[in-house]
Amino acid sequence: MMAFLFHRFDKASLVFIVALALIAVFVPVLNLAVPDGSTFHIPTYLVSLWGKYLSYALLALALDLVWGYCGILSLGHGAFFALGGYAMGMYLMRQIGARGVYADPILPDFMVFLNWKELPITWYFFDHFAYALVMIILVPALLALVFGWFAFRSRVTGVYLSIITQSLTYALLLAFFRNDMGFGGNNGLTDFKDIIGFSIQAPATRATLFSITAVMLAFGFLVARSMVASRFGQVLASIRDAESRTRFLGYRVENYKLLVFVVSAAMAGIAGALYVPQVGIINPSEFAPDNSIEAVIWVAVGGRGTLIGAAIGAVLVNFAKTWLTGTFPDFWLYGLGALFILVTLFLPKGIIGALAARFGARGKGEAA
Amino acid sequence: MNSDLTDSILYLDAVSVSFDGFKALNDLSFVVGRGELRAIIGPNGAGKTTMMDVVTGKTRPDKGTVVFDGSVDLTTRDESAIASLGIGRKFQKPTVFDHQTVEDNLLLALEGPRTAFSSLFGWRNRIAVNQILEALSIIRLGDLKDRLAGSLSHGQKQWLEIGMLLAQNPKLLLVDEPVAGMTDAETEETARLLASIAGEHAVVVVEHDMSFVRALNCKVTCLHEGSVLAEGTIDSVSANDRVIDVYLGR
Repeated sequence: MMAFLFHRFDKASLVFIVALALIAVFVPVLNLAVPDGSTFHIPTYLVSLWGKYLSYALLALALDLVWGYCGILSLGHGAFFALGGYAMGMYLMRQIGARGVYADPILPDFMVFLNWKELPITWYFFDHFAYALVMIILVPALLALVFGWFAFRSRVTGVYLSIITQSLTYALLLAFFRNDMGFGGNNGLTDFKDIIGFSIQAPATRATLFSITAVMLAFGFLVARSMVASRFGQVLASIRDAESRTRFLGYRVENYKLLVFVVSAAMAGIAGALYVPQVGIINPSEFAPDNSIEAVIWVAVGGRGTLIGAAIGAVLVNFAKTWLTGTFPDFWLYGLGALFILVTLFLPKGIIGALAARFGARGKGEAA
Repeated sequence: MNSDLTDSILYLDAVSVSFDGFKALNDLSFVVGRGELRAIIGPNGAGKTTMMDVVTGKTRPDKGTVVFDGSVDLTTRDESAIASLGIGRKFQKPTVFDHQTVEDNLLLALEGPRTAFSSLFGWRNRIAVNQILEALSIIRLGDLKDRLAGSLSHGQKQWLEIGMLLAQNPKLLLVDEPVAGMTDAETEETARLLASIAGEHAVVVVEHDMSFVRALNCKVTCLHEGSVLAEGTIDSVSANDRVIDVYLGR
């Protein structure tokens, strides 16, 4: 396992992992141990905000794995992210127990409000954290498996595949809006109280969630990097660049695509599960196609097919989004559009791609 | 016919394919023996490339029999299954993996397990470079093994693709216009190379360059309008009146 995760490890990857390890340790320290008035104190709201950015970075990494390395432009990766988020949200809802407005020990508030008498089967066992963890990975992975099985076997590629992934997330958006689906309708799931016994509002919990997100991002990066650094990654690149040639060499292209798509979906699900407790809400708008398209922009900005670039792009674009929506709220969408056009025109390989080309640090297998 | 079938590496009988009413292959029948070198000639639209598409699983025939190695029905299998049986194909337009090195192109083609597992954790990660040295020296790209395939010249790409075929170690090689864009010297070399690998592998070459076909010094099949017009030695085929009329010209 270790040999797999670290073979052909390069300097840029090492720097990235070390940087994540450092912020996983020092952000909580600066938040919890440094007193409020100090210059070095990081307020809790910022910890959660940056935790959100890091969970987006994990989503971007998952997207880059399929798009950058295998040419599968998914415009519906937000669906896997949201499903992971809902699985976490369902666990958090059931932790509320009798502390809800209607004080029902089993049923979440929205079910009482809808006059439901029993917990739907979909909600069974979500009071167990371990079960929720399994579902966070399993549900997105299964959806990706079924979807990918049909799409890749039928050789749906390119823009057609992108459109179908877009429809997938839009269909889920509509479904989750419905109250009778049993996932809280348009209000979604919120008012979380605690997670495995710790208050979700407590600074220590927030700091810990931040650290876990940083660690999961590092782990996700290691898994994705090992996949693309192995011969598997070379076959993926071959599929991306000359799919039919790869078939004529005897490779089962659909199996390769399916595997990388499922791993990516599971990664996106984990990202969603880390996002929900830090943001405090999950609702159907997470399935909106705009979100998935935004994720594609993060990857393009950071650098498609570089993994590190995808993560950095997600953080940068979202940082800019927070700043712009705060300062010039009407300007954000124009800014995002302009950013996408500028990057496509002037930085076709993204920020990291351009830096790597400039300093000649381009690693093997990172060709875009 | 039966001994033809059992002795053959490739057996096509009454194969027809039509696209929107156009008959690309029309009752095409011919047999290639084990280890044989065969040249296929014919005018544009004669069905040469469609024939290769049918054999390699890219196109399903409307009717007819396609049998590999005396017993394996190819009409029900897809590209990767057929490639795994031991049929390698070189395309008319050289298709190599541009963003990967010459060495990696050959490693990808090297015969062996091709499952996702073997390329993630298994055998494909333990291939030593010396396993492809022979292919590198045959195609004379040893000095360029670390170059990206996309930066090679047209002729070098053709050779790289032939090298990938050799690394696959197939029983049957289908080679579509291998000398297009090559210099005369390279063309001669290629003819020598293909002739030398025949015997161990069966080789079917589609080519327009008649001096190249002559240099191959093998049995020639001329296709026209989706079926066989003439078959025999290069001298007998090029002396055939019908072949002269439709293809070679007077």
